[in-house]
Amino acid sequence: MDGAVNASSRSVVFDLARQELRDLNKFLHGDLRGVGSVTVENPDGANSIAVGINAPVMVEVNGHAGYYVAGMNQGGTVVVHGNAGPGCAENMMSGRVEVTGFASGGAGASAHGGLLVIRGDAGLRCGISLKGGDIVVGGDVGSFSGFMAQAGRMVVCGSAGEGLGDSIYEAVIYVRGTVTALGSDARLEPMGEDDLRVVGKLLADAGMSHLPSEFKRIASAKTLYHWNADANLTY
Amino acid sequence: MATKPEIDPTEPREPLNLEESAGLNRQAIHYIQRAAATGLYEIRGLGAKRALPHFDDLLFLGASLSRYPLEGYREKCSSKTVLGTRFATKPIELDIPITIAGMSFGALSAHVKEALGRAATEMGTSTTTGDGGMTSEERKSSKTLVYQCLPSRYGFRPDDVRRADAIEIVIGQGAKPGGGGMLLGQKVSPRVAKMRTLPEGIDQRSACRHPDWTGPDDLAIKIKELREITDWEKPIYVKVGATRVFHDVKLAVHAGADVVVVDGMQGGTAATQVAFIEHVGIPTLAAVRQAVDALEDLNVTDQVQLVVSGGVRTGADVAKALALGATAVAIGQGILVALGCNSGTYLQKGEHRSAIADYRSLGTAPGFCHHCHTGRCPVGVTTQDAVLEQRLEPAVGAERVRNYLKTLNMELTMIARACGKHNVHHLEREDLVALSIEAAAMAGVPLAGTSWIPGRSGGA
Ligand code: SF4
Repeated sequence: MDGAVNASSRSVVFDLARQELRDLNKFLHGDLRGVGSVTVENPDGANSIAVGINAPVMVEVNGHAGYYVAGMNQGGTVVVHGNAGPGCAENMMSGRVEVTGFASGGAGASAHGGLLVIRGDAGLRCGISLKGGDIVVGGDVGSFSGFMAQAGRMVVCGSAGEGLGDSIYEAVIYVRGTVTALGSDARLEPMGEDDLRVVGKLLADAGMSHLPSEFKRIASAKTLYHWNADANLTY
Repeated sequence: MATKPEIDPTEPREPLNLEESAGLNRQAIHYIQRAAATGLYEIRGLGAKRALPHFDDLLFLGASLSRYPLEGYREKCSSKTVLGTRFATKPIELDIPITIAGMSFGALSAHVKEALGRAATEMGTSTTTGDGGMTSEERKSSKTLVYQCLPSRYGFRPDDVRRADAIEIVIGQGAKPGGGGMLLGQKVSPRVAKMRTLPEGIDQRSACRHPDWTGPDDLAIKIKELREITDWEKPIYVKVGATRVFHDVKLAVHAGADVVVVDGMQGGTAATQVAFIEHVGIPTLAAVRQAVDALEDLNVTDQVQLVVSGGVRTGADVAKALALGATAVAIGQGILVALGCNSGTYLQKGEHRSAIADYRSLGTAPGFCHHCHTGRCPVGVTTQDAVLEQRLEPAVGAERVRNYLKTLNMELTMIARACGKHNVHHLEREDLVALSIEAAAMAGVPLAGTSWIPGRSGGA
């Protein structure tokens, strides 16, 4: 069942207090021509809100979202006006997901593309297995963030916990605050011109106003790229 | 000093002492010396090589006076198989209960993936992707394609989720329950690297835990997300490597799986540590029974289907798995062997060519090879090498796999008819006995000639 269509603004409202999540997602997977935006009212921490979007649609979630909000997003813009549970924007391919509050564990896990903006803090394992997506976190990130991150960029305006960038591949992490501890094979590197440009651009895209020069660069030392007997503890 | 010895010194005075130690035997000595020389564990392909209680240790009780057989060559015996009837609105319908197990593009060449799709489609069964994503070749050639969602999420894309026929969430695999995948640099070709978003030529270690969920309660939520993404259409399988099967299957069912895939320790791998392959996990025979017990305990045998894999080779193996309670089997290594793995020759334009020298250069010989991890497969099956992969012509591979699957299904229906069943899914535990006490205990069927099921019933 479709949500109520407001003819003048061509925006659609789904009230999850009265409507089924399944119908919201089905609507988002259907023909969205002529639909300007979709508003989700009373999300009340529901899981899997606006997952599998495959169109340049705008979705506003007015309240807290549970697990996997905007999971596998492809091309959509999803704004959560509240906090997001684990795995927000997991496996995003493209588009933009924004969380105005805090995000729980695994934010942006395995994202191949797109931009995830978290205005507050992000929990454990932010950007785990990142595959090309970009993540900007206004606050801190929890431990094991950027674990096995393969490609893409993370910009952390606050501080990072333990094991940052453990077993990281080609992804790059920028941190403005302190890093409790780097993970295996992650190392601090000097900020180059390109890094300053990248951080500046991502901060601007996220609407955050720090100086790129305040950030540190963390990338792979590449000692785990090939098997070797001297890295036995790490294997 | 120079007196002529009374005994010819070239003749041993006593027979050579060649008493081999059972514990510190030649294999153990070789293992220690290899470890001492390299400081690194050994990695290889395929599955457990040690002798294990297996389907071979079970026998069927064909129909006789107490049961009535079906006419072997005339009377119909259905092998139709449906997977994913619990929640999915579009269950998988197969003509045979024998599917092709998940094997990655990366481990296998694109030619092989295409061949598997063609063979499966002709036989009315399914193929499965693997770590590294879906190739266009396999999607095109496979009528029914199961798309794996693995811990690494390499090449996991929503477009492929949408064009898959079912999703299989891989928790683990029988060859290495608790371990992630491994692909050595030789096989990380430009295309493989691109699909996995990794640098070319690195020794690639896949994650062993999923990035966005931990534990069975999260899994339930993850499954719901995938259902929402696919509008509740596609069956969701959960695959576990066989360890604590009774509990794991129950948890998978509670998490909302349509189908549970249980992979025993004989299941293959493209590359894993030998200590893992041989010492972690339980045999398929034990796993099947524990899985069935779990489904029976939850009273969901008519809703949740069980797919069993790990060392299934023959039609008799399939029949035994079904009789124990599986709905279908998945075969990996058997399929590779059908394609020519461990064969002395490969076929090029209809002509057999010898591969012996190539096995030799890997330090092995046909019949003994487990060198998939090297990427130098002498018969072009598990390689990414542009020259070697030509050794497997997709059409030849497809025909061989089709013949293999056909043979298995004929054997399966033959055994089913002999047991008086007009549907292979009617095979039951009561049709089986065991040859050894171990097999009787694991499979939960009586030792042949007795009514004794060790651990379950009293003496005969
Ligand atoms: S012949 Fe090829 S597929 Fe078979 S074990 Fe050797 S390398 Fe692996």
